[in-house]
Amino acid sequence: MSWSTTLNHPLGLLDADSFPFLAMLGSDDSDIFINGLLGSFAAALVVISVMVVVALLTRYRAWRTLWFDWLTSADHKKIGIMYVVLALVMLVRAIAEAVLMRAQGAVGLDGGFLSSDHFAQLFSTHGTIMIFFMAMPFLTGLINYVVPLQIGARDVAFPILNSISLWLTVAGAALVMTSLVVGVFSTGGWFGYPPYTGTLYNPGVGVDYWIWSLTLASLGSTLTGINIAVTIYKKRAPGMKLYYMPLFTWTALCTAIMMIFAMPPLTVVTLQLALDRYLDFHFFTNGLGGNQMNFLNMFWLFGHPEVYILILPAFGVYSEIFSTFSGKVLFGYKSLVWATMSIAFLSFLVWLHHFFTMGQSGHINAVFGIASMLIGIPTGVKIYDWMWTMLRGRVRFSVPMIYSLAFIFLFVIGGITGIMLANPILDYQVHNTVFLVAHFHNMAVPGVLFGMLAGYTFWFPKAFGFRLDERWGRISAYCWIFGWMGAFFPLYILGLMGLPRRSVAYEQASYVPLEIVAFVGALLVAAALMALVIQLWVSIKHREENRVFVGDPWDGRSLEWATSAPPPEYNFPVVPSINDRDAFTAAKEFGVGYQEPDTYVNIEIPQNSAMGPVFGGTSFLLAFGLVWQIWWLVILTGLVTIGTLVVRGFQRDTLKIIPAETVCRAHRHWIQAARSAQPIKRSQEHTAANKGRAALETVEVST
Amino acid sequence: MSKPVTRIPATNALMTNKRRDFMSYVWGFGLALILTLVPFALVQWQATTRGSLLIIIAVLAMVQTVVHFRFFLHLGRKRKREDLLLVLFSTSLLIIMVAGTIWIMANLAERMTPI
Ligand code: HEM
Ligand SMILES: [Cu+2]
Repeated sequence: MSWSTTLNHPLGLLDADSFPFLAMLGSDDSDIFINGLLGSFAAALVVISVMVVVALLTRYRAWRTLWFDWLTSADHKKIGIMYVVLALVMLVRAIAEAVLMRAQGAVGLDGGFLSSDHFAQLFSTHGTIMIFFMAMPFLTGLINYVVPLQIGARDVAFPILNSISLWLTVAGAALVMTSLVVGVFSTGGWFGYPPYTGTLYNPGVGVDYWIWSLTLASLGSTLTGINIAVTIYKKRAPGMKLYYMPLFTWTALCTAIMMIFAMPPLTVVTLQLALDRYLDFHFFTNGLGGNQMNFLNMFWLFGHPEVYILILPAFGVYSEIFSTFSGKVLFGYKSLVWATMSIAFLSFLVWLHHFFTMGQSGHINAVFGIASMLIGIPTGVKIYDWMWTMLRGRVRFSVPMIYSLAFIFLFVIGGITGIMLANPILDYQVHNTVFLVAHFHNMAVPGVLFGMLAGYTFWFPKAFGFRLDERWGRISAYCWIFGWMGAFFPLYILGLMGLPRRSVAYEQASYVPLEIVAFVGALLVAAALMALVIQLWVSIKHREENRVFVGDPWDGRSLEWATSAPPPEYNFPVVPSINDRDAFTAAKEFGVGYQEPDTYVNIEIPQNSAMGPVFGGTSFLLAFGLVWQIWWLVILTGLVTIGTLVVRGFQRDTLKIIPAETVCRAHRHWIQAARSAQPIKRSQEHTAANKGRAALETVEVST
Repeated sequence: MSKPVTRIPATNALMTNKRRDFMSYVWGFGLALILTLVPFALVQWQATTRGSLLIIIAVLAMVQTVVHFRFFLHLGRKRKREDLLLVLFSTSLLIIMVAGTIWIMANLAERMTPI
């Protein structure tokens, strides 16, 4: 990086060939042409969508609102919503890629239409996006939105840090999206093992895109973990002991602590790989004493806890849903808490099961295999607790419950195949086949994604003040469920028949029928996604009939339901005092649900700050500069990033005050609405009569 | 409930408190800096043999951890149960990661064909 190279190449490695579209035109090979066409189509979609969004924002003069009400907001609720929006956008891309891969599989006998390189980019981006830019933002969004409400807090412990975490994640996602338009993405899969991802085998920019997008995402998640853990430790409402916390908050706490400990190995190992690639270090090449096997070790030190980071919040969502939609207290609350904590701890003891076949001695494999199987015990406890929660309850089969029931059935199957894989002897047979792909999608889709979608349906009315359309919700849920079964049950069999994962094509004609079934399943999944979009559209159109301003549409049990929908910026006019579990149910039963406080006081909340978006923008440019080795950009944006931190340190007016009169007016308005609303029975909760006031009809069965 | 913020004029007690905090951060920063620069210097100028270098670096790293705990995370004289649990938890996780890594990598090294 001498000055003369910088001057001669002000754009680093960037040139006309970096754009897949131009590269395609320059080629006369038909294969390259088809793949180029698909790539260019995707790139065009990205560019056009961005342009449409910009045009719409301009047309409706929404830029100001967007900037002042959303992007710079430090409100945990808005940040939560933005996380979920990011997750949904990225979900669309990743599902589209999944369908494309399954389409290739269906015609993949001796060929197909995708080049192996393109296919490799597809599974690499699909995996990377699903984990880091779909599942992580989704659960972080739900946690952000719900946890402060559930513990009776006004915001998270560090609101601006929260905004920075969001924007770091957005920057990472934007980097992945950019790779569609400029250059290529990694072909090394979501875990990017060297030496394949070293410069020797992968000189291009793909791996660098992967490295820097992961770095941004992992930094964001570490900060989120710290933020949420501190929030739960320090900001609970008076009287709320740890054992009074709703289960979702418990799982959020465990996930947050796991993030703090599990993300750093990832950050470190990707940075080490970056050092290998940029500065000729030899951490993971055999030259000069490097060792690529330590990459696997370090990656999975993160990777296994990561899968529990993903699943625990989903477990939390299911716990809330089983209890709410059965009209009963959660069975075995303490055992669920202990199971959650045991899973969180055990998940740090099992990482080696991802590389049983690497060549270590049998006794090491045995130890890690047994440890892996142990996780089945607390998970089993949870499953039984959920089933007993439903037992003799009045179960309502609404959308969140449909997801949750499907989860129980399917997750148990995934758990059993997981225990099979935890046995090294068996793993030697099926590792790296699509049996494994079926297993982890069994956990990732019916486990994580269904939980997230159930939570989205459950809390949507709280966040936006109106219910989602029930009919389209059901259609979507059933399409997800049966689509998933169609797409992945065949893979279990194909895996046992020996089909390796990540194969672009195959030679066994016997694979074809099941590949076609899997493709049809994937189409159903695409339909599910469509139904989800339609549901949103229909619900927004009919929002007036479905308003639930009073805020308790499902006869909820925890504190987030004890405030209006959407809640005021400060969440609670008076921070509630807690002396039991299921605080809101207790309040409703004692008839003290909708009360006016004696006095109102001024409330302090964090001021908006441009820190987050600026930080996100500069770190995106920094990463982009690193990918393309545009060194002046790297230095410039690096300085600006540090500069914003310093400037922020001098800012004094970080709080704004909401006067007591405003609080009083808003609260009286809400109380008025609550008192005049007709309390409705559970059987009517999907009708327009539901204004968010639940009638008292749950009879607690003593257990 | 917090009253509307009126900025309280800094009293003497507040000032000394602030000063103490500030000095504590300066100490922490200084110590952390030294504990970082020393190992780099030792490596740069190859001060001792490889084996003792590794040991020195490891020891300095652990001292560094203590410095962070003490000056930045404010774990110190006032012992609290919650803090203790968190420290124990963190330590056990770190031990698991480090010991596990050494166990696995050493075993692999043992099984490699000697060059
Ligand atoms: C239901 C919709 C989904 C479908 C149809 C689908 C399909 C696929 C396909 C076809 C592959 C490539 C398999 C191969 O290597 O042969 C794949 C890989 C993968 N998927 Fe999915 N997927 C879905 C949802 C998800 C979700 C929700 C997640 C995570 C939260 C996820 C994470 C991954 C990962 C990590 C890989 C591995 C990528 C790699 O090989 O590096 N997928 N998926
Ligand atoms: Cu694992």
